[in-house]
Amino acid sequence: MSERFAELLARGPVAVNVGIRDFAETLRVQGGEVVDVEWTPPAEGDPELLEILDRLL
Amino acid sequence: MAVRCVVRERQYFDSVFLMRVADRIGREPGVGQVAAVMGTAANKELLAEAGFHCPEISGTGPNDLVIGVQGERDAELEALLARLDDWLAPERSAAEASRPRTLDQAVAQLAGANLAVISVPGQHAAREARRALDRGLHVFVFSDNVPLEAEIALKRYAAERGLVVMGPDCGTAIIAGKGLGFANVVRRGPIGVIGASGTGIQEVTTLLDRAGSGISHAIGTGSRDPSDDVGGGTTLAALDALDRDEGTQALVVVSKPPGRRTLALIRDRVARAAKPVVACFLGADVERGGAPWTVVRTLDAAATEALRLVSGGRGEVRKDGERAPQAEDATAPPAAPRRYVRGLFAGGSLCYQAQDIFGGAGIKVRSNAPLEGMLRLEDPRRSEGHTFIDLGADEFTRGRPHPMIDPRLRRERILAEAADPEVAVILLDVILGFGCAPDPGGDLADAIVHARRSGRLDVIASVIGTPADPQGLDRQVRALRDAGATVSGSSAEAARLAAAMVAGA
Repeated sequence: MSERFAELLARGPVAVNVGIRDFAETLRVQGGEVVDVEWTPPAEGDPELLEILDRLL
Repeated sequence: MAVRCVVRERQYFDSVFLMRVADRIGREPGVGQVAAVMGTAANKELLAEAGFHCPEISGTGPNDLVIGVQGERDAELEALLARLDDWLAPERSAAEASRPRTLDQAVAQLAGANLAVISVPGQHAAREARRALDRGLHVFVFSDNVPLEAEIALKRYAAERGLVVMGPDCGTAIIAGKGLGFANVVRRGPIGVIGASGTGIQEVTTLLDRAGSGISHAIGTGSRDPSDDVGGGTTLAALDALDRDEGTQALVVVSKPPGRRTLALIRDRVARAAKPVVACFLGADVERGGAPWTVVRTLDAAATEALRLVSGGRGEVRKDGERAPQAEDATAPPAAPRRYVRGLFAGGSLCYQAQDIFGGAGIKVRSNAPLEGMLRLEDPRRSEGHTFIDLGADEFTRGRPHPMIDPRLRRERILAEAADPEVAVILLDVILGFGCAPDPGGDLADAIVHARRSGRLDVIASVIGTPADPQGLDRQVRALRDAGATVSGSSAEAARLAAAMVAGA
């Protein structure tokens, strides 16, 4: 049993939102803590560049 | 027909926002098909297939916005697109507020961050999820089209760190009373839900809320989690967590039948559980196999059983629906040739469940998403005999909004079915909650009125939602009833009613 999972359930989500902005708003209106990342496709979506980035990360 | 396209270079918008933009433009007079997408290679292909042959599209990339509109008159479309900024404005002004550009910046801003909610396009989702796990965050992955191998690797990586991956393809979850993704507003209470199906979780949690109970947590696992390929890691971790959770008295597991090996693992875990477990496996009989659990086949039965467990055997999901007049006399089926049911579903699991109920009544159904033993519909756009359509399936949502957001496709299909003299019943699910259309019942009302008038056919609907949902359960039920629909107390009840009405026809 994961202590970290139990902590998530006990404390509730303190969330980083990556993608659909509505989901950040949904959490906000429920009184949740959330920070919304301004996400855009990396490296102009070029698959070869993405692969290189993945190797570097 | 006139076609107009506009490109906005280097303006990225998320898919749900663009669905809403497309929906709003589509509601303007004189407008036919609308596309609002980012200029990825796949989207450009879809635009071409849909008849948007605009030269300005060809050079666009994934960071460029493309809006395409078809309509009757060129001048009208031009005037419409001149107002494009108005539709994009709320998003653009919000974007001007300072937002972190990376996950790391966000984590630095948010003390105690413990979860990443990831809904970027599928090919990027695993990378973002992996980054979040590296930073010690649990992840909820709404994105679909994540490769199976990536899911397996992510879940293994998470388990090594004591973290959990909900998803990919995880439509909803409720953690400590906070809904994630497409969630309903439900009371907190003693029942914990674990689900591989988003609409399955929505139906069970809303029925429990409407029966006066509530949810401790609802944990989405992602649709593939119970398969033997993935091995049920998230389902098992959720069973562990909820079994130990002080606020949870009983557990409900909702999924299609798990793989054989995974089912054995789930059974073993249930056998050791300190709390009672109800399992709803949609679409097949699953042996209890010696585990001390209750196994059911419909979502309302799962809610009823869970309610009994936490209320000393007295609970029952309230049947607050109504029965159609014909159902009182199921021995008198509608006169031929009106003898077929056409189910038009926004929820994939609800389409699946309805097929199972019809199968149980000995009625063969055709579907674009057929249950084992049912027939595959040759052309998803043309119904034959009893037909159940999952309108959220890929063939309907490529390049256009999901029916939970955009009612147009379903409205058109209701009218098409009503024009078929063999149709006796149209069966609908109406899904409420965060992220769904603001008035989904009202959106269908005109089409229902038209269908009811056009012939002797019945419309049976179920509403998945609660009084506290943004769309309001009562308001939606009233809109549907005023239009002439029969509103059942659950999606399974609606399907049973429809089956009873055509049995023997």
